Amino acid sequence: MLLIRCPYCEQELPEIEFRNAGEAHVARPPDIANENDADFEKYFFIRTNPKGIIYERWRHVHGCARFFNAARDTVTDRFLLTYKAGEKKPKKLPGAGKQ
Amino acid sequence: MTISFRLANAGRLGRAKSVRFSFDGKEYAGVEGDTLASALLANGVHLVGRSFKYHRPRGILSAGAEEPSALVGIHRDAERKTPNIRATVQELYEGLNAVSQNRWPSLSFDAGSVSDLASPLLSAGFYYKTFMWPKVAWKSLYEPKIREAAGLGVAPDLPDTDHYSARYAHCDVLVVGGGVAGLAAAFAAAETGARVILCDEQADLGGALRYEQGATVDGQPGWEWAQATVAKLAAKDNVRLLTRTTGFGYYAQNFVGLVERLTDHLAQPSPDQPRERLWQVRAKRVVLATGAIERHMVFGDNDRPGIMLASAARAYLNHYGVAVGRQVGVFTANDSAYWAAVDLKKAGVNIAAIVDTRDNPSGRAIEEARALGIELNLGRTVIRTNGRLRVSSMVVQAKKGGPERTIPVDALLMSAGWTPSVHLFSQSRGKVAFNKTTNRFVPGDYAQACVSVGACNGTDGIDPSVAEAFAAGEKAAREAGAKARKLSRPKAETSESWSRGMAGAAPGAGADAKSKAFVDFQNDVTAKDIRLAVGQGMRSIEHVKRYTTNGMATDQGKTSNLHGLAIAAETLSKTMPEVGLTTFRPPYTPVTFGAIVNHSRGPLFEPTRKTPMHDFAVARGAVFEDVGQWKRAWYFPQGGEDMHRAVDRECVTVRKAAGIFDGTTLGKIEVVGPDAAAFMELLYTNPWQKLDPGRCRYGIMLREDGFIYDDGVVGRLAEDRFHVTTTTGGAPRVLNHMEDYLQTEFPHLKVWLTSTSEQWAVIAVQGPKSRDIIQPLVEGIDISDEALPHMSVRTGKFCGVPTRLFRMSFSGERGFEINVPSDFGRAVIEAIWKEGQKHGACMYGTEAMHVLRAEKGYIIVGQDTDGTVTPDDAGLSWAVGKKKTDFVGIRGMKRPDLLAKGRKQLVGLKTKDPKTVLEEGAQIVADPRQAIPMTMIGHVSSSYWSENCGRSIALALVKDGRSRMGETLYVPMPDRTIEVEVTGTVFYDETGARLNG
Ligand SMILES: [Zn+2]
Repeated sequence: MLLIRCPYCEQELPEIEFRNAGEAHVARPPDIANENDADFEKYFFIRTNPKGIIYERWRHVHGCARFFNAARDTVTDRFLLTYKAGEKKPKKLPGAGKQ
Repeated sequence: MTISFRLANAGRLGRAKSVRFSFDGKEYAGVEGDTLASALLANGVHLVGRSFKYHRPRGILSAGAEEPSALVGIHRDAERKTPNIRATVQELYEGLNAVSQNRWPSLSFDAGSVSDLASPLLSAGFYYKTFMWPKVAWKSLYEPKIREAAGLGVAPDLPDTDHYSARYAHCDVLVVGGGVAGLAAAFAAAETGARVILCDEQADLGGALRYEQGATVDGQPGWEWAQATVAKLAAKDNVRLLTRTTGFGYYAQNFVGLVERLTDHLAQPSPDQPRERLWQVRAKRVVLATGAIERHMVFGDNDRPGIMLASAARAYLNHYGVAVGRQVGVFTANDSAYWAAVDLKKAGVNIAAIVDTRDNPSGRAIEEARALGIELNLGRTVIRTNGRLRVSSMVVQAKKGGPERTIPVDALLMSAGWTPSVHLFSQSRGKVAFNKTTNRFVPGDYAQACVSVGACNGTDGIDPSVAEAFAAGEKAAREAGAKARKLSRPKAETSESWSRGMAGAAPGAGADAKSKAFVDFQNDVTAKDIRLAVGQGMRSIEHVKRYTTNGMATDQGKTSNLHGLAIAAETLSKTMPEVGLTTFRPPYTPVTFGAIVNHSRGPLFEPTRKTPMHDFAVARGAVFEDVGQWKRAWYFPQGGEDMHRAVDRECVTVRKAAGIFDGTTLGKIEVVGPDAAAFMELLYTNPWQKLDPGRCRYGIMLREDGFIYDDGVVGRLAEDRFHVTTTTGGAPRVLNHMEDYLQTEFPHLKVWLTSTSEQWAVIAVQGPKSRDIIQPLVEGIDISDEALPHMSVRTGKFCGVPTRLFRMSFSGERGFEINVPSDFGRAVIEAIWKEGQKHGACMYGTEAMHVLRAEKGYIIVGQDTDGTVTPDDAGLSWAVGKKKTDFVGIRGMKRPDLLAKGRKQLVGLKTKDPKTVLEEGAQIVADPRQAIPMTMIGHVSSSYWSENCGRSIALALVKDGRSRMGETLYVPMPDRTIEVEVTGTVFYDETGARLNG
């Protein structure tokens, strides 16, 4: 079971308190009703699914109930960083590339 | 009477109490402290099982958890029959009842052993190739026969009466393995004050000190030092010692699974005692001290009973006081087997000969053996053995061939060397590295905060192991936050060295050898099978493994993996690291489902949710159904009614007089705040801004893809407050969906969301008499049709308690839904029931509720929709705000395919024969005479007998359904084809006049 740090509770807590909520930094277009098909497809369907670092959303559903973002290595399952919703995608990740 | 092989002056069990047990119905005696294996050996019993594929007689290979051969069933009582127990780890208890497996009719005469003679048919890949054709024969003939003939034990046929426990634990340092290295590491860590957990799979700690006779630590004999250290550790408050506890799985972030066996060694476990306990340990640092496992020699007929690992024979002698034979041979490629010969010889057992494949071995072990006058055959090999149910001789030959010499033996000890147990290290995602000098895989790059010490790290010799382990234990404690303390480490001595050896087939067991040289005893895989797999194109060791099943049995190849790899590498003319080691996966040894599931079974498998009115419904004779975790009253049979009669009566009564229904399970969410209406606009398709406080609206929630996600009636209590209802069981995901948008997409909105599902008990009173029934109980609310029209909500008092009173209907009749605080639910429903009886009302359940709503064409999300249904598909376009510029799903709804012709639309179906009730889920076709497979144009989503309509009714999703009104379609069933007419979705009171009373 993974330990995940909730950036709001500022604690590492067991995975069962959290729920994954898909890829992060996919913003809903402000004028979504008028998006063309290609843009809507990109927003709604296309995800990166990387082998390596993924930026994804998690919710501390059985804790503070807040949504937050995380950078996780999909190869090792290691969390490199978690940060609050609304914060920018970090430029540097601590320990990225390491096992 | 059997002859005892227990020696008076050997072992540690001394004059322990005698313990009676039985094996295959025969009574034997062992002593307290025995394992089943040591007790059998003490009685001269070597034959304990038949092999998996060839049914060859098999004995006891090892004295530990790696045992591949000596698997038995332990039968405690009718319910508790555990198969595939390793006799080498099963502790003896009074009355233990063991039975051999995989033999018929008896262990000494097994009819299945003809498969040994037919073995050319059963080589590697046999399952894949032989039974490829014909397909039908596989199911009816081959598979059942193979299952009957092959296989291990028999699964118990009654529910497990034992119970199992579980605990979470946190510590600074977890030490897995309690041999000399593990004890030294745990001791060093514990001295710093760190919180330490030490676990070991055996009943006593000490590991190899159990049999390594000459070892001393701090001047004490090794085993005595171990027991003294255990006593010191046990006295510390910061140490938890777990014996009979296997570290079976190493997961992310130092999360380690342990299973503790609590009663399997007891003659009469208390019913209160759990059989096993699962420990889920989160450790800041992990020290792996898992030791090494001795490999067997791969040579012809190396599987006969009486042939075993040299270290096992030493353990049986030095710990259990049992001689494994009277005329013992040794076949080895390293030094450690010599010590077995030396110990046995000193105990008075005759050593027939030592056969060593090495030409010029030297060192203390060889000198000692020579000094004791043991015959050494250097540079020679054993090419085969004889004996039917027990080895009777070994055939020795020079490595390059030549004359054969047969040496009579009644036991044959073997050692090809030691394999470091890197299982847990590998599970932690560490990468093993191949050491060319010692020809073995050892821990390389670490992935987690752990360290390997001693034999599992490839560290040879007892003092280097102690030094390494002690330093590692101290360092781990410091890294976990403990203060450094000056500690002096124990000093150890021994004359033994266990390094080197060989992997792969022994000389004489090459490609041209005729007899079977077993690599994997449990899955009956021979050296020849591995070569065959390579010859047939398998290159990766993972492919060789799956093709031959080498290492895939319950022992996971603890003794066989390295041999298999070496043979594959040799055949491929590659080095072992080039061919690669197979991945180690949890569990290290088999773990019972009981331990994994532990408390989560029976009523504790999942929470059961009951409404506050549950007992009231029970008292009214309700039959319940499970809806998610909820128990819901399904129907209320009266006077011997069956379900149909009860539901018919309930449906008719509701429309004639009134019905009372427990609607508590409905999900409820309170949406509050200055931007509550704006938020509702975004989350639902409907317009909300202009809904007056005190009024309600049926709302539809979409996902961004434009498909219906949930629905429910929403009441506006005030400008800034909405009472939202969701489908039963839908509340958590709807709240999650709302929170997601509120927190991440619309964080500028000032809105608070609160789950109130558990706060309100809901009682629906539906029917023409509903108002008359509740009138006397309402305080401060005018409930006349004029003051409280359909789709209204008021707050006030009901039976003297606060209420949110909804005028709404899911039945099509004048109706009320009375929300009261949960604690009052029971009292309020009793009061309503008392009034209701005066007006001829009935209690009704979920089945009648479903029929009533279907008569009105009201959908159930999740039944009449399936996640691919748009509001338009469901005929709900009227509920989508046409002037709105944004809501979740507004764009998804407009995707070309969702607007195209040919969508499945919700319609009603009437069977031509009104008495025929369609099956829900049945497929619909336009032309029943077309060829199979037919083109299906839809399916039935809801179907009931409607007593109110006097006929069957159904809802269905049908391609272009709304343009097919009046058309005849067909529902093909296995026994007949049913004709149906496409209709509107409303079957009763089409104008809706009854709603308004
Ligand atoms: Zn939190």
